[in-house]
Amino acid sequence: MSTPTLTSNPSRVLRFDVAQRVTHWLNAALFSALIITAIPLFYGSLFGVIVPRHLDQEIHLWCGLALPLPLLVSLLGPWGATMRRDLRRVSYWTREELAWLRALGRRPLDADKFNPGQKFNTLFVGASTLVMLASGVILQWFRFFPVSWRGGATFVHDTLAYLVAAMIAGHVVMAFTHVDSLRSIVDGRVERAWAKKHAPAWARELDDATRDSSNF
Amino acid sequence: MANESVNREPRVAVGRRFFLGAGVLGALGVVFGGRVQNTVSNSLGTGLGGILPFGDRFRYYSITGTYPKITKKKYRLEVSGLVDRPTTFTFDDLQALPATELTKAFQCVTGWRVPDVQWRGVLLADLLRHVGVQPNAVALSFESYDGADTESLTIDQANLPNVLVAYEMLGAPVTRAHGGPVRLFVAPMYGYKSLKWLSAIRVVDRVQPGYWEQNGYPVNGWIDGTTGPTNHNPQLA
Repeated sequence: MSTPTLTSNPSRVLRFDVAQRVTHWLNAALFSALIITAIPLFYGSLFGVIVPRHLDQEIHLWCGLALPLPLLVSLLGPWGATMRRDLRRVSYWTREELAWLRALGRRPLDADKFNPGQKFNTLFVGASTLVMLASGVILQWFRFFPVSWRGGATFVHDTLAYLVAAMIAGHVVMAFTHVDSLRSIVDGRVERAWAKKHAPAWARELDDATRDSSNF
Repeated sequence: MANESVNREPRVAVGRRFFLGAGVLGALGVVFGGRVQNTVSNSLGTGLGGILPFGDRFRYYSITGTYPKITKKKYRLEVSGLVDRPTTFTFDDLQALPATELTKAFQCVTGWRVPDVQWRGVLLADLLRHVGVQPNAVALSFESYDGADTESLTIDQANLPNVLVAYEMLGAPVTRAHGGPVRLFVAPMYGYKSLKWLSAIRVVDRVQPGYWEQNGYPVNGWIDGTTGPTNHNPQLA
């Protein structure tokens, strides 16, 4: 990636538009608040260290309820074209992508904008968010649910919290070890050469799009 | 067109499967997870189960955001109101009274549950007999050293054979985080009725809803979900 190939195209291409970046950082803020406020709720000996328990609980509740909103808003509006296209990318996989994930990446792949590992991470966190939301609602409005469900919801919420926290930790580690990717969620762009190397199928798509638009 | 390269090959709807799978697993977890957790923790014991994330474990609550610190030496339990002999008990006074031991599950209203917790303390009924409850008494109001939490029980509830003024829990003195040196343990009711850092018991002529009840919890926190003191089942917990 240190030697960008010379093309007539601008050297940097848009990977994440403004709506996506705003959504990402709102998500990051909400997830951080949720994890930080979860710690004293879970390890009671620590509560009061950050904020009083009641406040902690309120913050956790409202951040949890708010968590799906940035993504939903980013998908629904006229600003959501890129987000919607990326959601389709993440949702529909080729056989090659499935095989690549099964081989844990030890297999050549004509990678899309996101590799199957990234797609897996996105789907896992997305699906988990819904399960966390549902189990969290049971825990908050427990009066409407049988006691055994409350126990089950506690089990689900706790177990999944660990898994999601681990996924997010992995995501953060990957971000800081892949600075080009990290930069693109800040200023939106990657080097075209980066795209050709890490997401060749997407790079060709961009080239096609450029060619198409220049015909008009 | 850009979409040609995207749609060239047959695609697998992985996303849909992911979300359906998560929904099914989540629902199964909610319906059966409590049972799984109980089985796991019963086979592991309270020790290991308390460490593992999915094991049974206490969650600690405090209304004020801190744990009041009271030494055994300075501890006092003031019993007053409609009683023949208003008394202030020291920690040693309580220990000198006949002790009762219970092994009961601790069930929180929000769902978590710790099975087989050993408790030791003075049966509230014994304590009440000691001070002599007057005939016009209807209920008890409990106060906490945290200065915020309050609780209530009717006289009938207070006389149940599984309601303790507890000074030992899990085979050791009740810790500060658990409400020590002395807390209430109301076995047939949800955990919020088991007031921590017990400082005073007032015998009164009507039920005064406590802190959590003022925040919407049932005044009678029967774990079996019944609402009245007449149809409770003290054996349940």
